[in-house]
Amino acid sequence: MINIPSTFRISFRALRVNKMRSALTMLGIVIGVAAVIAMLSVGTGASTQISEQISSMGSNLIMVLPGATTAGGVRMGMGSQPTLTLGDAEAIQKESSAVADVAPVISEVAQVVYGNQNWSTGVVGTTPSMINVRDWHLSSGRPFTDQDVKNAIKVCLLGQTVVDNLFGDVNPVGQIIRIKKIPFTVAGVLAVKGQSPNGQDQDDTIFVPVTTAQKRLFGTTFPGMVRILMVKAKSTENLPAAEKQITELLKQRHHIGPKQEDDFTVRNLTQFMQAAEQSTRVMTLLLGSIASVSLIVGGIGIMNIMLVSVTERTREIGIRMAVGAKTWDIRLQFIIEALTLSLIGGAVGIAAGVSSSKAVAMLAGWPTIVSPFSILIAFGFSGLVGIFFGFYPAYKASLLNPIDALRYE
Amino acid sequence: MAMIEAVEISKIYSMGDISVNALERVSLTIEKGEFVAIMGPSGSGKSTFMNILGCLDKPTSGRYLLEDIDVSHLKRDELADIRKKKIGFVFQGFNLLPRTSAIENVELPMLYDGLSLKDRRQKAMVALKLVGLEGREHHHPNQLSGGQQQRVAIARALVNTAPVILADEPTGNLDTKTSVEIMEFLTKLNKESGITIILITHEHDIAAYSRRIIRFLDGRIISDEPRKRP
Repeated sequence: MINIPSTFRISFRALRVNKMRSALTMLGIVIGVAAVIAMLSVGTGASTQISEQISSMGSNLIMVLPGATTAGGVRMGMGSQPTLTLGDAEAIQKESSAVADVAPVISEVAQVVYGNQNWSTGVVGTTPSMINVRDWHLSSGRPFTDQDVKNAIKVCLLGQTVVDNLFGDVNPVGQIIRIKKIPFTVAGVLAVKGQSPNGQDQDDTIFVPVTTAQKRLFGTTFPGMVRILMVKAKSTENLPAAEKQITELLKQRHHIGPKQEDDFTVRNLTQFMQAAEQSTRVMTLLLGSIASVSLIVGGIGIMNIMLVSVTERTREIGIRMAVGAKTWDIRLQFIIEALTLSLIGGAVGIAAGVSSSKAVAMLAGWPTIVSPFSILIAFGFSGLVGIFFGFYPAYKASLLNPIDALRYE
Repeated sequence: MAMIEAVEISKIYSMGDISVNALERVSLTIEKGEFVAIMGPSGSGKSTFMNILGCLDKPTSGRYLLEDIDVSHLKRDELADIRKKKIGFVFQGFNLLPRTSAIENVELPMLYDGLSLKDRRQKAMVALKLVGLEGREHHHPNQLSGGQQQRVAIARALVNTAPVILADEPTGNLDTKTSVEIMEFLTKLNKESGITIILITHEHDIAAYSRRIIRFLDGRIISDEPRKRP
């Protein structure tokens, strides 16, 4: 059997003889590998961003919205009729086995004041469950309690954006702020969550007990009504069951007959987001496969050059056969030569791919992520391309008749 | 034990409808340590015979025993193995690898034997010394004269200690003075190392170095006699 390290040395030298030709052949692989890495980095970046946003929404989330009213034949749109109550929230919590937690929401934009600073933000009346439902944490202080809700205590939790705008460097916990001129004690600060999937700043918010909001802040026309119920299912598998249980329970509570239209809507946000995530994954795959086409084209370039090389070196092949090279000795020599081309091209391509994905991130501002996996895939694939497209020329070389090859001019 | 025993070897080349009998039932025995010259005009079948002796080609019919091994029906890779171990080739056109140093050319047969670089270098160096090319081991073929190139080729033929050297017009591309040098070297090898040498040539003064002359014509041996002293 032929000595493999020596064969690598021989093929390296053979490639050096035609520097320009070898470099151009490698260029095909360089571009292919670079394209695969860059495309995968764009796709991975996008899907990572989306899944981060989804998990920031809270996992296994279901939204229950009030239904549409019909006033004299004119349908008013979703949420125009306040039909959901705190009682609904409690009932879901108690009776739906697939539900982990329920948080009612009433919200309104209000002016808040601390010292000489003021800020306009969304004030959300809710229960302590909200923290759990949204998978949120506190960065300092404490959450408000069920007791606070029961007694309509004037306490609040601040989002980081509100803290930044009102307090600057002052520790807000224990301070008094005024919401619509009513003083509230800051119990805690919510951890930073960043953007929601539709681009809203989730940290620009204030949480207050739902009862306090109803009684002190928003003198609603429909007391006890809430805008939205946010429901957390026990697990992803429980989502459809939870949806069904909620729908049935609310139908029953709202006395809706089989032929009547529901006065509420149940929406499964997680599924929607998972679809979005799925579609970016498909996009990544698509980008990757388009890029790998160029890698295959590069491979065809290698095959082309190797075929030329075999013809040019017919006499060399004859000499090698005369001194005892066997079929596989000749095959290996040319396969290794093709492999050397593609692996050097692959290594350069990785460098080019990583730097071009950095360039895309900088110039276009896209979040690109180069995963070690994509580098491994691209490099391995370029090696396979080398072996695959090197095989036919090598096979052709190995079948030459030694006598004819020796006489070849 | 005969070195080479050819029994009724025929070679027929068929090109479409026409078939050419390149060799017709040629039988020949060459003992170990002989120095044989094969002569004959172009198309007489001597090159075809040489290719069969060199295990580069297979006879259409007949038996060929090389050191008592029947090689006439061996497979491609088995023939390669026989060439590697038993036969050294010296060609008219030298057939050295271009852009490859003398020592690496000599190493070539050992490359396919899986020897380590160190062992190959060492053995190749010994062979190059033997042909008197010490100090030229890193020259490429285009930096060497014709005679020196042929010495490299001889060193390559010797390096695997093959018992037979097949020389196909080894002096065809060389001037008279160099031809004499090469032939004297081959004679010395034959005498001192007992290597069997089979030489193909047109030229009588080259054939004169051998001790037995075989003449081919139209695919047959027409004469086979010891060289007459002039």
